[in-house]
Amino acid sequence: MSELPVELAITGPAAPPRSNGEMVFDAPWESRLFGVTMALVEDDRFAWSDFQQRLIAAVGHWEAEHPDGEGYRYYERWAEALESLLDDLGIVAVETTDARAHALAARPAGHDHGDRGDHGDHGQHGGHGSGPAAPDVA
Amino acid sequence: MTAITRPPDHPDAALRAEALESLLLERGLIDPKVVDGLISRYENDVGPMNGARVVAKAWTDAEYRRRLLEDGTAAIGELGYSGPQGEYIEVLENTGGVHNVVVCTLCSCYPWPVLGLPPSWYKDPAYRSRIVREPRRVLAEMGLELDDDVDIRVWDSSSEVRYLVLPERPEGTADLSEEELAALVTRDAMVGVGRVTPP
Repeated sequence: MSELPVELAITGPAAPPRSNGEMVFDAPWESRLFGVTMALVEDDRFAWSDFQQRLIAAVGHWEAEHPDGEGYRYYERWAEALESLLDDLGIVAVETTDARAHALAARPAGHDHGDRGDHGDHGQHGGHGSGPAAPDVA
Repeated sequence: MTAITRPPDHPDAALRAEALESLLLERGLIDPKVVDGLISRYENDVGPMNGARVVAKAWTDAEYRRRLLEDGTAAIGELGYSGPQGEYIEVLENTGGVHNVVVCTLCSCYPWPVLGLPPSWYKDPAYRSRIVREPRRVLAEMGLELDDDVDIRVWDSSSEVRYLVLPERPEGTADLSEEELAALVTRDAMVGVGRVTPP
C-alpha cells in the first residue's frame, strides 16, 4: 500500500485517483455500497468471484433490455448483484431491503442523518452510514 | 435471480443502498469503521499513482521490465501492490508498431491495485462494446490518433486476468528520475486510451 501524504498532492504520483481523471464514485451511496461489499468480502461472507458472477449477470441483463445503453449506472447493477447474492445466501432478503427502503423514504423531511453524532467523516459521503433505525420487517 | 427482476416501483438506488447498509449494520455483519476505511483506501490510497510507479520503474530498470512482462502480478507485488482484482495481472507492452488497449466487455474488471477503481467511461456500455468493434475510431474520439500502420490489440479482461498497459516512454525524458517519470504516467495511458506525453 502506498503511503498517504498528510497533504494530498494535486498532481504527480501521490495524487489521489480523483485528480487523475474524475472521482471514482459518482454519488455518495455508490461509495457506501462499494465499501459495504468489500467489507463483506473481507469478512468472508462471500467470495469476490461469486459477487462478480452476479455483477456480470446483472450487467448483461440490463444491457439486453437496453440495447442503446442509455441511462446505464454501473453501481445500480452492482447493487442488484449484491442484493441478489445476499438474498440467495439468506443474509438479507430482497423484500426486507424493499421494506426498509420504503420506510426510509417515508422519513419526515429534514431528518438529520448526523444525529448520532458519531459519523465522523460520513458528512462527505452523504451521511448514509447508519441512519435512524426503521422498523425491520424481516 | 430475485433482485434482477425487481418490481419497477422500487425506491431509488441511494435509498436501497442505505437500507441494505442499515440492515447489515443492525445484524452485526458489517463494521462502519471498516467500511469507512475501505472507502477511504480506494478513494485516496489505491489509484493510478501505483501503476505509474510500476511503469516508471520498468522504464528505468531493464531487469524489472523483464520480470514485469514475464510475470506482472509478481513484479507488481515487489512494489507492495496487491489485493482484490490484482490476483493475476498481465502487463502489455506498447511499442512503435503495437498499441494495446484494455476493456472488460462483461462487466468492468479492472486491475484495482495498480489503477484504483475504474472511471465512468470504462464502465460505460458504449466504450465496452465499441472499443472492440472499432478501436481506432473510439481511440481517436478519446483523443488518441494512431497511424494506420499501428497494430491495435484490444484485450478483454476477465474474472481471471486483468491487464495493465506499459506505455512507451516519451522522447526527451532521458534525464528524468524514476519519480519524475512516474508523475508523467496517466491512468488513461495505462488502460491504453492515451499516451504519455513529455513534460
